[in-house]
Amino acid sequence: MTGQGLNPGGGPGHPRAAGSGRGGTAAVPGRAAIRVGGFSGVWRPRLVGMTLVGVALVVLVAAVNIGRGDFPISIGDVLAALVGGGDRAQRFIVLELRLPRTLTGVLVGAALGLAGALTQSVTRNPLASPDLLGVTAGASATAVTVIALGGGSGAAVGVLASFGVPLAALLGGLLAAAVVYGLAYRRGVVGDRMVLVGVGVNAVAVGITSWLLVVANINQAAQATVWLTGSLNASGWAQVVPVGVALAVLVPTALLLAFGLGALQLGDDTASALGLRVNRSRVALGLVGMTLAAVAAACAGPIGFVALVVPQVCLRMVRSASPPLLTSAVYGALLTVAADLIARTALPRELPVGIITAVLGTPYLLYLLSRRNRGVTI
Amino acid sequence: MTTATTGSSYPPTRRRRRPWPLGRPRPTGVGAQRSRRIGFLVALLVLLALAVLASIAVGAKPIPLGSVWDALWSPTPTEDNLVVRTLRLPRTVLGIQVGIALGVAGALMQGHTRNPLAEPGLLGVSAGSAFFVVLGIFAFGVTSLYGYVWFSFAGAFVASVAVFLLGSLGRGGPTPVTLALAGVAVSYLLRGLTSAVVLSDTATLDAYRFWDVGSLAGRDVAIAGQITPFLLVGLLLAAINGPGLNLLALGEDVARGLGQNVTLTRWTGLVAITLLTGAAVAACGPIAFVGLVVAHLARFYTGPDYRWLLPAAGLAGAVLLLVADVVGRVVARPGELPVGIVLAFIGAPFFVALVRRRTMVRL
Amino acid sequence: MTEQRPAAERPEVRLRASELRLGYGDSIVIDGLDVDVLDGTVTAVIGPNGCGKSTLLRALARLLPARHGEVLLDGKRIDRYPSREVARMLGVLPQTPVAPDGLTVADLVARGRHPHQTWYRQWSGDDETAVAEALRWTGMSEFAERTVDTLSGGQRQRVWISMALAQGTEILLLDEPTTFLDLAHQVDVLDLVERLHREMRRTVVMVLHDLNLAARYAGRLIAMRDGRIVADGRPEEVLTTELLRTVFELDAQVITDPVAGTPLVVPVGRRHRGAAPTTTAAAQRA
Repeated sequence: MTGQGLNPGGGPGHPRAAGSGRGGTAAVPGRAAIRVGGFSGVWRPRLVGMTLVGVALVVLVAAVNIGRGDFPISIGDVLAALVGGGDRAQRFIVLELRLPRTLTGVLVGAALGLAGALTQSVTRNPLASPDLLGVTAGASATAVTVIALGGGSGAAVGVLASFGVPLAALLGGLLAAAVVYGLAYRRGVVGDRMVLVGVGVNAVAVGITSWLLVVANINQAAQATVWLTGSLNASGWAQVVPVGVALAVLVPTALLLAFGLGALQLGDDTASALGLRVNRSRVALGLVGMTLAAVAAACAGPIGFVALVVPQVCLRMVRSASPPLLTSAVYGALLTVAADLIARTALPRELPVGIITAVLGTPYLLYLLSRRNRGVTI
Repeated sequence: MTTATTGSSYPPTRRRRRPWPLGRPRPTGVGAQRSRRIGFLVALLVLLALAVLASIAVGAKPIPLGSVWDALWSPTPTEDNLVVRTLRLPRTVLGIQVGIALGVAGALMQGHTRNPLAEPGLLGVSAGSAFFVVLGIFAFGVTSLYGYVWFSFAGAFVASVAVFLLGSLGRGGPTPVTLALAGVAVSYLLRGLTSAVVLSDTATLDAYRFWDVGSLAGRDVAIAGQITPFLLVGLLLAAINGPGLNLLALGEDVARGLGQNVTLTRWTGLVAITLLTGAAVAACGPIAFVGLVVAHLARFYTGPDYRWLLPAAGLAGAVLLLVADVVGRVVARPGELPVGIVLAFIGAPFFVALVRRRTMVRL
Repeated sequence: MTEQRPAAERPEVRLRASELRLGYGDSIVIDGLDVDVLDGTVTAVIGPNGCGKSTLLRALARLLPARHGEVLLDGKRIDRYPSREVARMLGVLPQTPVAPDGLTVADLVARGRHPHQTWYRQWSGDDETAVAEALRWTGMSEFAERTVDTLSGGQRQRVWISMALAQGTEILLLDEPTTFLDLAHQVDVLDLVERLHREMRRTVVMVLHDLNLAARYAGRLIAMRDGRIVADGRPEEVLTTELLRTVFELDAQVITDPVAGTPLVVPVGRRHRGAAPTTTAAAQRA
């Protein structure tokens, strides 16, 4: 192919730094390339930087969270224990007792952040989030069904609580997602219609949940309400593994499919004209997002606002045009672990983490209101 | 090539009314429309009467229609009479009141937001009321309806304003989608906060969960009387707001150009919605979908004229609520399905069908 | 930029619609339409509101499936091609293109390279070259790092055309590229399109509202009404007083544009009806 003369600076194997604004080493200002072997992509320093900062913060906050407890452990010791050093007692406490909870928080938060970013990108709406489109509500409805109807007259315990409820939640979330897609499909899935159907499904699921709370006896209702506020309290390795596996499978899938997101942002017509299979892409991306949200809800109950808030905050931080996927995952993890830390330390009695994220979410909503005419489309 | 149009023409001509059947007959468009509207209202009144009868007669203990009449007027305290007077009648009256309130509030919201999906339940206004009521009762210990109804109003007001502002993000003001999402987001937040307050002890949770589902059952008999003054003021304001809404439907700029005081109209509507929703929620807990369904059905017959639409939506709301309540009593014998649940099962499919049928454009 | 194939290698008929029936929902907009688009031509589709011109363009662009009949791209049914291959041959600019806020010009133009990219090769040297060239050619290079929403209407339209240019397609379909632009920018955009045709041998089909601009910038006019093609040919042949009356219900005179020499439509209107008819020469003297 001709025209190679306009490729300055080097051939393959030469990752180049950004050179915009200074007479640029990049042929296209603002889009420096990074090319390694057959792989090529755009070098976005701000995005990479912010994501790395986020990772560091997650590690730090997680270490603080792990360090707290009846037997306080300093951050340094925690980090040492995590990599296999430190003394045996501390290693035991950190790895066996406390790590599962924090790790669940990290993974659940990452899943939620990513789910929110995907849903907002696919529907092109900054207010879209699986929490609001029926997935979380569906998960809640089925989980509460199990709690309310299982376990006799006492609260659901044992196997039912640790296995049955999360499984029910997962199935409920996936069922809700399927219903939303099924009802929204009419010669293709249009973003707006999907959102509205999601709102309707959400309303039904919330209604069912409220009713179940009435039908159950008070113990079951109390347990259900606790579950409904989203808590990491009962998290152990049994929670870490499913979320970990889900993330391990779905994150690469999302990143692969994310290739089409760039075109999808330009509207269905333009995306189609650019050769993207619009419906297929949207359905796939949406389903990945909803599955992530369902898994997160199954493991820790509905933790609200992470999926809604984090992608938009990341979008502004990184100054991109659409919610950045990996960054949202990282900062979703950060928000959840930080909220967990606050939930454990703010009051003498431990609060469910879902309440903290709800409380943190309010100023964000207010902030959005105060900026209302500045245009917040993605 | 014909250019006949009904309605407006340019330059505007005055439509002179000639007495019918003398002179030229009235243009059929307007006359037929008016009789259709009147016919619809009459039909609604008939349906309402039937619904009232059903509401009184049907239940865990079915009461034959003959004794219903007896029970209403004769003072003998038979078991049937007691059931009718102390349980069914107040419940029916409450149902009518709440139904009218929610129907009118829904139509008002749709008019002000020009959004076919607007209604107090979906847009989080009811959730706002509920949260503030919970705060009032459980955090401040207010126990009488006259006390916590003010919390309910505050909550409805705050939530309405929040939803409208939130929904106006992005270019071009709130689209139906953004507004619906804003409502769900606000509801979600409020429900979370409400749960937080309620979790503090078991007794409050126990009381709250029955109230939250939205039900006409188990309400204090006096409540129907207590909310009446607020409802009347709200309905009066709504009636005043009707003509203004007709102009606002053309867009704020056009309305201003026609001499409308837009701010005043908006505030009147906001206060009316607050009073109506606040009273309804204070009495029966948050109930969704009534406003959505009846406003659409009514609009089909009355057209977009709010002077007709508001009363029609009110009556249809009363009918719908009573019917849902009766269904709830019948379907789950000997128990009862709360009216909020029945409406969710009726309203949500209606909502989805509505969304599928056409693109959501501004009203 | 992708190399242009020499004219000899390209098929003569690029797009062909035969017995096309198109509609939305329950209504049929076009029923039984045939049209050929020849290589290297600029065609403008004109007609009153609701005549189906955008519908036709969308069908040619593969954005609207045909109820009956077929659209052929280079002799093969357009729906049989893989999407990416069509996107490498056909560039489309829809009527109201949507771009998220905060998207820079360079990023938007780079999206045009999507049909040439894969998930692991998202910014190759060719991509970079194509985008830089496209920006330079439309004169938007110095705007590369600005966000699209800070540009004026005319500049924005140029950016969208850059995107279509970077896509490197031989055929370009434009749906009302000049609506909402002021006259200076309309002319600017159309000059750009004309350069595309002249310097790069692109085949262009565009839907236009303005009859005079259509006459000036297109070599072939297709006039539609009620879903049917009423006239098809050179501007001089198509824009006649008679046709304007039947297709547009417009009472007008057609004179010669003093600048370009193409037909110029001069509407009569109610006020001037019944005035002494002026001859072409007299009108030009005035």
